[in-house]
Amino acid sequence: MAETAEVGCARPTGGLVGQQETTEQHTTQQTTQEVKKMIQVGKPAPDFVAPAYHKGQFTSVKMSDYLGKWVVLCFYPGDFTFV
Amino acid sequence: MSVDSVFVHKMWNDNEITKMVEGGVPFPMLSDGGGKVGTAYGIYNEDAGVENRGRFIIDPDGVVQAYEVLTPPVGRNVSETIRQIQAFQLVRESKGTEATPSGWKPGKLTLHPGPDLVGQVWKVWKTSMESE
Repeated sequence: MAETAEVGCARPTGGLVGQQETTEQHTTQQTTQEVKKMIQVGKPAPDFVAPAYHKGQFTSVKMSDYLGKWVVLCFYPGDFTFV
Repeated sequence: MSVDSVFVHKMWNDNEITKMVEGGVPFPMLSDGGGKVGTAYGIYNEDAGVENRGRFIIDPDGVVQAYEVLTPPVGRNVSETIRQIQAFQLVRESKGTEATPSGWKPGKLTLHPGPDLVGQVWKVWKTSMESE
């Protein structure tokens, strides 16, 4: 039976039901965690290209195009969240 | 930047944000479906499939000077971000000859790090200046 989801800033997510933990998946997760490391202050910001919406247009933004300027890069959980 | 598509960005900007800010979001709203960029920056929340509230200040050389990361329910403080940018800009313009003590704001005392200042900070900087 469906339950009413709690409303919050984190997006409700789903996932697989039942057993899924195999040795193979564990190995994959460990590999991911090695890569997932917090970046360091004083070190170069990772470069990227991302699709963007800006002033009514769909465009794309490349981080390294902003060399020579100060940049504030903000991540947030999702559009239409509360804070 | 969030994991939302540019289409959702458009709907959020056009239908809600324009009601809070005249003209809507003035800067590009970036899309990171799959969280690859968020993962590179260390703020992608794999369990929830969203980005945490990460804020990075990047200087003109592309170097990360500061970051702050919060869990989703608590919002950021834009004026503190601006204060930090002003401080990093001052330090950069001084080519590292000046440093900004705790609580520094534009126009307030800066420190000149060097051998003469070692053990002497208490003479020029008081803890009360932190919250002035």
